Amino acid sequence: MLKQLKPALLMTLVLCVLTGIIYPGVVTGLARVFFPRQADGSLVSVNGRVVGSALIGQPFTRPEYFHPRPSAAGAGYDATASSGTNKGPTDALLADTVLTRRVDSTVTVERGVKGKIPSDMVTASASGLDPDISPANAQLQVARVAKARGADSAAVRALVDAHTKGRQFGFFGEARVNVLLLNIAADSGFPMSMITVPAKR
Amino acid sequence: MTMNGWLQIAFFCAVLLAATKPLGLYLVRVFDGSLRFLRPIERMIYRAAGVNPDEDQHWTRYTAAMLLFSVASMLLTYAVLRLQHRLPLNPQHLAAVPDRQAFETSASFTTNTNWQSYSGESMMSYFSQMTQLAFHNFASAAVGIAVAVALVRGIARRGGEARGRLGNFWTDLTRATLYVLVPMSLVLSLAMIQQGVIQNFKPYVEVTTLEGAKQVLAMGPVASQESIKQIGTNGGGFFNANAAHPFENPTPWSNFLSVIAIFLIPSALVYYLGRAVKNVAHGWSVWAAMFLLFLGGVGVTYWSEARGNPTHAARGVDVVASATNPGGNMEGKEVRFGVANSALYAVVTTDASCGAVNAMHDSFTPLAGLVPIVNMQLGEVIFGGVGAGLYGMLIFVVLTVFIAGLMVGRTPEYLGKKIQAREVQMTMLYVLGAAASVLVFTAISSIATSGLAGRNNMGPHGFSEILYAFSSATANNGSAFAGLTGSTYWYNTQLGIATLVGRFALIVPALALGGFLAEKRVVPASVGTFPVSGPLFTLLLIGVVLIVGALTFFPALALGPIVEHLLMGAGRLF
Repeated sequence: MLKQLKPALLMTLVLCVLTGIIYPGVVTGLARVFFPRQADGSLVSVNGRVVGSALIGQPFTRPEYFHPRPSAAGAGYDATASSGTNKGPTDALLADTVLTRRVDSTVTVERGVKGKIPSDMVTASASGLDPDISPANAQLQVARVAKARGADSAAVRALVDAHTKGRQFGFFGEARVNVLLLNIAADSGFPMSMITVPAKR
Repeated sequence: MTMNGWLQIAFFCAVLLAATKPLGLYLVRVFDGSLRFLRPIERMIYRAAGVNPDEDQHWTRYTAAMLLFSVASMLLTYAVLRLQHRLPLNPQHLAAVPDRQAFETSASFTTNTNWQSYSGESMMSYFSQMTQLAFHNFASAAVGIAVAVALVRGIARRGGEARGRLGNFWTDLTRATLYVLVPMSLVLSLAMIQQGVIQNFKPYVEVTTLEGAKQVLAMGPVASQESIKQIGTNGGGFFNANAAHPFENPTPWSNFLSVIAIFLIPSALVYYLGRAVKNVAHGWSVWAAMFLLFLGGVGVTYWSEARGNPTHAARGVDVVASATNPGGNMEGKEVRFGVANSALYAVVTTDASCGAVNAMHDSFTPLAGLVPIVNMQLGEVIFGGVGAGLYGMLIFVVLTVFIAGLMVGRTPEYLGKKIQAREVQMTMLYVLGAAASVLVFTAISSIATSGLAGRNNMGPHGFSEILYAFSSATANNGSAFAGLTGSTYWYNTQLGIATLVGRFALIVPALALGGFLAEKRVVPASVGTFPVSGPLFTLLLIGVVLIVGALTFFPALALGPIVEHLLMGAGRLF
């Protein structure tokens, strides 16, 4: 048994260097050359200022912005504390929260939701950083956003449609709307003069 | 359930089936030594480590080498985690990992479990992630493959001339890493980065959001670790939210690549078995058993999640999927994946001993949460972990042959080798070791104050959290009903021990079985020989797997997810 001790120690070091240093180094080098934007986190800038990552959701509470899903990451969309609620299906608190959120959404939508509301609107995502909402969720918020921006509902609706991504390659995943990119477009298409940084065209 | 959901699942199955034979043939050439294009690097490694690559090791020596390598790498990781504050590549100045978590993490990554009681973005430096956790992702996967290959050699070697010898652990380990794991990971890393997975060594990026708030974006060398985490069925995420985190799994396409990567090697190894024992039909029959068990799991999970939570439906949530609404139970799921991809991922990751998650299993409906628990309790034999799945399933194959032999009253044979007392003792040691670890640890935590304190949910779901944890640790899966607070002395030590039991108390009997079989002469097949290929064998194998699992775990499952399902239907909340 002891005859295998020396190879055990040396093999640990050799493989550690190969797979723990050389391999990630090579991947990083290739990433720098071929996909530098993605490797650095798909950061998004407005007027030269980085405002976030296209892949990471951020909190929005003002009426003129589309709101993301509820988040359990830290105090909400904390990108150093990704997490879901991990509440189970028979959890009383979760059931209550769903009900409150439904009422909240009805209020913030400001025209009363008559039917049921989309399942992503009142549930927290797995990462707490979900950058997307469902198209139905976004459409329900159009009236509020249009009113707050003094814009035409139909024009805002068209903006949502333009930002609705279908399933990838036609059948992978679900249709979705990226909240940050939609809100940046809303700022530039229907600027809130004086309130946010105007991005005039 | 939607047509589109099933279409994605069907596409997954088609790609898996298409890849199995080519990759299996490649594995045959890797492990018979005929593939030599990386020979110079291989030689360098053997020379540096002082290994004689031509030595054919007896099973005891092979086992000793495997154990010593595992202990050495585990100790190295414990040391690095404890000292990470003094080591480079720590731009966030993260402190040393506490002793209990350093123990559990090093045990967990050495055993291919990758249970995370820590949150990656707030506790692990880039150096620890890269040189230790990613290294273990390769090493533990390579060890699993080596053990499976050794067991198959034991079965395949003819005429007793092998005298219990199973090959060379060091060459198997090296070749699995060089020819299989590293190239596959390189390709997958680049594909994942193209989709948006990050790969850098920068400090965390602070941005001012549109509404003027501060948001700090965690960074790191994610892609290089993400790819081997899937390919090696390791499952330990770079971030706390694992593959649900958009920087680990940004798009539906990256999700597909991740989930197929989990099954590629386990599936190909089954084909490898058929080739190596010169009975391809046997390989496919075992594959079919795994595939049918997998399909059953996907069906139940997808159905249950698509139905959604009746409690939420009663509160005005639209659980019916449409082109604009994902529907179903979206608590703990990401919009880009929706219900079908989350269900598929959950079943694949627990069939294989991967444990990566793209949705929070803790928030699944009870029957959808039941499937991952059962998958792990069956011993991760539905394709299973790289290597671990095959040697686990071979234990059940031997058991099946033995039971079939008893039924017809003949000495059972497996591929011409008599299955006798010693072999059956090893298989039973394997089966009982796993069962004891899951049930005894769960029972202790279910009555002890420290155990009960960790729950995030009350009622039967709280019990399910504990049962899930020890099933996952013992099966070396590493996924969790993550509400359970695992970062306590109580859970860190017990889960750490359960991972070690689940790995080494099962590998040693598996290698012993290989050694015993390699000592046996082959007896020619006769009319009384039970055929190990064809539908009858496949169904019998499925039956044995399910019956052993059900007899062992049904009472525990009844107390957790099953009773929760009934109570949820009655509208009972906790």
